[in-house]
Amino acid sequence: MKKTYKIDVDCANCANKMEEAARKTAGVKDATVNFMTLKMSVEFEEGHEPKTVMEQVRKNCKRVEDDCEVYL
Amino acid sequence: MQETIVSVLLAVIVGMAAGLLLWGRNEKSHMTKKQKKMLGRILAAATLLLALQLTPEAAFHTLDALVPGLGYGARLALYLADYLVIGSDILIKAGKGIKNRQIFDESFLMAIATVGAIVLALYEQSGDYTEAIAVMLFYQIGEWFQSYAVGKSRRNISELMDIRPDYANVERNGKLERVDPEEVGAGSVIVVQPGEKVPIDGTVLEGHSTLNTAALTGESLPRDVAAGEEITSGCINMTGVLKIQTSKEFGESTVSKILDLVENASSRKSKSEDFISKFARIYTPVVCIAALALALFPPLVRMLGMGLDGQWDQWIYRALTFLVISCPCALVISIPLSFFAGIGGASNAGVLVKGSNYLETLSQVKIMMFDKTGTLTQGVFEVNGVHHSEMENAKLIEYAALVESSSSHPISKSLRRAYGKEIDRSRVTDVQEISGNGVLAKVDGVPVAAGNDKLMERLGVSYINCHSAGTIIHMAVNGEYAGHIVISDIIKPHAQDAVAALKAAGIRKTVMLTGDRKKVADQVGAALGIDEIYSELLPAGKVEKVEEAMREKPEKAKLAFVGDGINDAPVLRRADIGIAMGAMGSDAAIEAADVVLMDDDPMKIAKAIKISRKCLGIVYQNIVFAIGVKLICLILGALGIANMWLAIFADVGVMILAVLNAIRALFVKKL
Repeated sequence: MKKTYKIDVDCANCANKMEEAARKTAGVKDATVNFMTLKMSVEFEEGHEPKTVMEQVRKNCKRVEDDCEVYL
Repeated sequence: MQETIVSVLLAVIVGMAAGLLLWGRNEKSHMTKKQKKMLGRILAAATLLLALQLTPEAAFHTLDALVPGLGYGARLALYLADYLVIGSDILIKAGKGIKNRQIFDESFLMAIATVGAIVLALYEQSGDYTEAIAVMLFYQIGEWFQSYAVGKSRRNISELMDIRPDYANVERNGKLERVDPEEVGAGSVIVVQPGEKVPIDGTVLEGHSTLNTAALTGESLPRDVAAGEEITSGCINMTGVLKIQTSKEFGESTVSKILDLVENASSRKSKSEDFISKFARIYTPVVCIAALALALFPPLVRMLGMGLDGQWDQWIYRALTFLVISCPCALVISIPLSFFAGIGGASNAGVLVKGSNYLETLSQVKIMMFDKTGTLTQGVFEVNGVHHSEMENAKLIEYAALVESSSSHPISKSLRRAYGKEIDRSRVTDVQEISGNGVLAKVDGVPVAAGNDKLMERLGVSYINCHSAGTIIHMAVNGEYAGHIVISDIIKPHAQDAVAALKAAGIRKTVMLTGDRKKVADQVGAALGIDEIYSELLPAGKVEKVEEAMREKPEKAKLAFVGDGINDAPVLRRADIGIAMGAMGSDAAIEAADVVLMDDDPMKIAKAIKISRKCLGIVYQNIVFAIGVKLICLILGALGIANMWLAIFADVGVMILAVLNAIRALFVKKL
């Protein structure tokens, strides 16, 4: 399953970091962050509830870039 | 001298920040709250720094004379206050970064560099705190500019792609109601008034109007529609009220497919983008380690190896300069921005590119393969010529159209189209169709025969053979040969120019693949100047030819296939890059191709290539420029020629120039 979320982040490098952080989150198969459109699309692994995974993605993103937001 | 330059510079910044703040009150500036707040801080910090810069040293000395140390302390406090005004958020961010183990974060680097510079100034008792504050100030100005420029181009590009309909009009109880297009089901009836966008694909039930398809195709060629015709969402209704029966849901309509495609396009990253994110990941740590080495090794070597004074302060200063240069922001921001602007500009010109990677591949295309029918030719049969006619050409076509008026064959349709007037069937009598030969009839009482050579032989009329490719209709009027009409698929008006434009753009080889007969294919190919022609191919044969060409070509030369997207899907997928044309309303094309030309003008192929080249050109310029300037600054910094001022100017300057250069990719109209 694939879902797209709106995000807010200030710099392109930070967006790259968020992408990496999201990819490393358990339950995420693949993730891409588009800095230009401020969107994050996340592909979830089978059997994972997107909502709980995204909470963790948001937390991980916050850790690498304090000044970002993922709108769930 | 430097003092004066610094003062003038600060005065300019104060002026600009104040001006921008005033302008920021204007709605049109679209400044965010965050940006306004930052501008205020820049203004405050620059003003205070300017004031401190202009205050004569003597003023603090008089204070020192009153109470020893008071002047020194006051001066330090004022500078520190200024430093905090401009840099507090960076310091906080850096602190959080350390907590989260993100030490190579740019805030951290800026914090170390500026705090280091202040400590150094304290240690040396030089009292030169301006440098640290200025570095922070320029860094923040750079960040502000970047954030504003990115926001602005985001808005620009979304305006270019502004085809999203906001509402649909549905008639309920005799009144028009505005509803969300997503709520309208397939098969519903919607009303589109002049000036409104067509929100959903459908068929016109009532009314006629002119449509502006510019938002989809990039060409403002108006298109007329009337009842019974299909209509594509995203067009703007210009003149009359239209009642439309929707054929799809909003989510399945052309307009939402296009929006979806463009919005997701920049998610597919190109090699250049991957290169930059990898580069950034390595570059920053490497420069940091180099800075550390620069701070430690030369002084140690001097002290231990050469028995000289370590000059620690000098080498630490150089290392701090390194840290200022270490941020790769110019690259990481300008490369995706260039691609985004390129994709945005292209879609405004009616060329949809599905991803940055495809834009990159498109710029490297050297071999171009075409489908014939529907791509280079119109795909509709038309009267292409009248030869050896004994009467006026128009008269001959009139006869032919009348004789064939009762037939529904495509040939007779094209004859009727060529005639262009209403057919008066009462003029035609005694119609006799001879299967496989043609038609005999009396028009205005005159016996007319229209058909192939067999018909002429059967009637005993001597005819003249035709050398043109296509379907030939021989005509006999009153038992006498009256000439023949050639009906063929006609070449698109710009096809020849398009092939020439591709050659001019550096395409090495053009190839045409078609299922059509050899004679027709060779003639079309020769007329257009195509290098290689393969005819009478089945769809599988086309794939084979493409695969063969892919094996033979050098790795770096990319192969593109252009088709109409309806029956070429397998070939479109097989080629390095598949280009589908005339995609308005064709889902298959949008699905299968990597690049989609909204209208069917073959000139757009060359245009798409030019757009991609321009965009990639900008990308390479930015990569070389940004890395080059950084390397030069690093070398100058290590040698002690460049100070922190130069470092921050190089950093912010390169970033601003690279961003401005990236935005250039948006302007593709003149290509």
